[in-house]
Amino acid sequence: MKPSRLTLCGNWILERFPLTNLWNEHMAHYYAPKNFNFWYFFGSLALLVLVNQFLTGILLTMNYKPDAKLAFDSVEYIMRDVNWGWLVRYMHSTGASAFFIVVYLHMFRGLLYGSFKHPRELIWIFGMLLFVALMAEAFMGYLLPWGQMSYWGAQVIISLFSAIPVVGDELSLWVRGDYVVSDATLNRFFAFHVIAVPLVLVLLVFLHIVALHEVGSNNPDGLDLKKIKQTGRRKSDEEEEEKILRGNNPDLKIMDSIPFHPYYTVKDLVGVAVFLLFFATVIFFMPEMGGYFLEHANFIPADPMKTPEHIAPVWYFTPFYAILRAIPDKFAGVIGMGGAIVVLFLLPWLDRSKVRSIRYRGGIYKKALLLFVISFLALGYLGTQPATPTATTFARIFTVIYFGFFLLMPLYTRWEKSKPLPKHLTYQPSLEERLPALIDTFHEVTILTPIQQQDGTVVNKRRPNARGILNVITRLAIKLKKSLD
Amino acid sequence: MNTEGVDKSKRQFLTSALTVVGAVGTGYLAVPFLAQMQPSVKAMAAGAPVEVDISKMESGQLIRVAWRGKPVWILNRTPEVLETLKTLGPQLRDPLSKESIQPIESANPERSIKPEIFVAVGLCTHLGCSPTFRPEIAPPDLGDNWKGGFFCPCHGSWFDLAGRVYSGVPAPTNLEIPPYRYVTDTQLIIGEDLQQEKGA
Repeated sequence: MKPSRLTLCGNWILERFPLTNLWNEHMAHYYAPKNFNFWYFFGSLALLVLVNQFLTGILLTMNYKPDAKLAFDSVEYIMRDVNWGWLVRYMHSTGASAFFIVVYLHMFRGLLYGSFKHPRELIWIFGMLLFVALMAEAFMGYLLPWGQMSYWGAQVIISLFSAIPVVGDELSLWVRGDYVVSDATLNRFFAFHVIAVPLVLVLLVFLHIVALHEVGSNNPDGLDLKKIKQTGRRKSDEEEEEKILRGNNPDLKIMDSIPFHPYYTVKDLVGVAVFLLFFATVIFFMPEMGGYFLEHANFIPADPMKTPEHIAPVWYFTPFYAILRAIPDKFAGVIGMGGAIVVLFLLPWLDRSKVRSIRYRGGIYKKALLLFVISFLALGYLGTQPATPTATTFARIFTVIYFGFFLLMPLYTRWEKSKPLPKHLTYQPSLEERLPALIDTFHEVTILTPIQQQDGTVVNKRRPNARGILNVITRLAIKLKKSLD
Repeated sequence: MNTEGVDKSKRQFLTSALTVVGAVGTGYLAVPFLAQMQPSVKAMAAGAPVEVDISKMESGQLIRVAWRGKPVWILNRTPEVLETLKTLGPQLRDPLSKESIQPIESANPERSIKPEIFVAVGLCTHLGCSPTFRPEIAPPDLGDNWKGGFFCPCHGSWFDLAGRVYSGVPAPTNLEIPPYRYVTDTQLIIGEDLQQEKGA
């Protein structure tokens, strides 16, 4: 049979560009552990939000004016007069918060399952660099609407540089390009926000994924799939092993793994659908999120003469901001704030545990992680509140816990008694298989009660059953306590 | 044709020389690129002095003017305030303004040329917020130790009505006093001091 024109055209490209190889290497023959759970949605969701920010951002630059005299009004113009401008702007502003929600959950997954541990240290480092670049991107973007919070937030954050001894004042002057935050600052932040930092973000995402696909994905059990293969039923030599890991050989699989495409692309689509449901709800019904996503003071144009009564950064910076405020010394405060991010970089070398996943770790790490999560959330809350003496005392306690989690980690992870690892990945029951248990729980927490209708007939209706609810809560509490050991 | 093989040391030398020259060239290029982000000539010229008429100021009144884009406060202090200032010394971090920025003629306990007229840059020395003017004594939100002063809402720094910082708050030094001089008894120029007047 004569090959069709389309095939010929395809061949022409394939002889000049390794499209099939790329596709296979990173999608169709990239083998990922078969037991990915809920926590594994957030990597692909972060990519989705990144694309959302790029598209909406490009549209916004078409009407936005990076000029101190025009910026505030141009944002209002986008909101009121540009066709669908409000939608694009809210997608972008909500996207910024969504980005941090997704990224924080993605990082928490790393803490749960030890995804930062050997051999994935570099993936973690690239991820942390992404996080820092993302913070820079969000911070500079927040100046652009040129509202009161934009202005004074930038004033405070740029002043952080001035705390650095010797070069500090010169450095903050250089960053601002003026003696105060001004038109020069706005214009350069626009340049950084729309081109410089996005390029860095794209490069880092590329490096993050290349590094991931080199060593392979971690899994909720934290098992080494390569090792399973070596001790498993079928032995293969080193070279073959390498081939399998790289996905070049479609006939052989890594044990307990499935190809990323179609299995995980389809699974991630479900995550995307659920995520978009929440995302759209926020965009259409609560785009300001009660002042957390878009702060109230930012609806007043920037006034260099007057600081708003209460200034706080957007919610995603508040944990670090609370640490800055908790320390009663300018330089030490800046060091504390920077240190809170630097310790995250060091995580792969602070954790001395032999196992990766929290499922097989000793109780001490679980308790430490729980304390850390509580202190991170509490710091995040305190950072949104005014700096009263009581709040400052609490912020100091939580700051100590935050740093304690990291700095004491080499000690408590060395002592911890890990549980024996299984030979294979543990089986994840599907939703269908969980249904009977869920139905049982439903029957337990409700009770059928005969209720007299207005027309005199008696109908059985489900009503909450207090005793059943109590039982379920007690069981959950006991289970939670056990799971912490 | 070369029959002597490769002279590795020559290659090494050329590689090193090229690296050094390239690095120097990059360094030269970095200077204009980095200096581009320094304040422009226009931004530096914008710091012109500001004239302020204080003849209509009442006792206890605070007015704000913009100088170099920064808020500058002029406060007419009451005699009671000046009395209170003398008692605050032990609670302050730098009561004699030894580590703080001010022109020489304001380097006194009141931190001003005339004791009652106080002039300061209204930006916190911590992270640059503009503190709020709170002249009342012991308001409920600040507590009984508050003797009237400037309160920074951002990170909770306390300053007295001479712009002196309390100890135990994040701000490291007293509020900055800009250079200023009196043209007449009721006319101030902010941004010029006595030395500049003599030099001009």
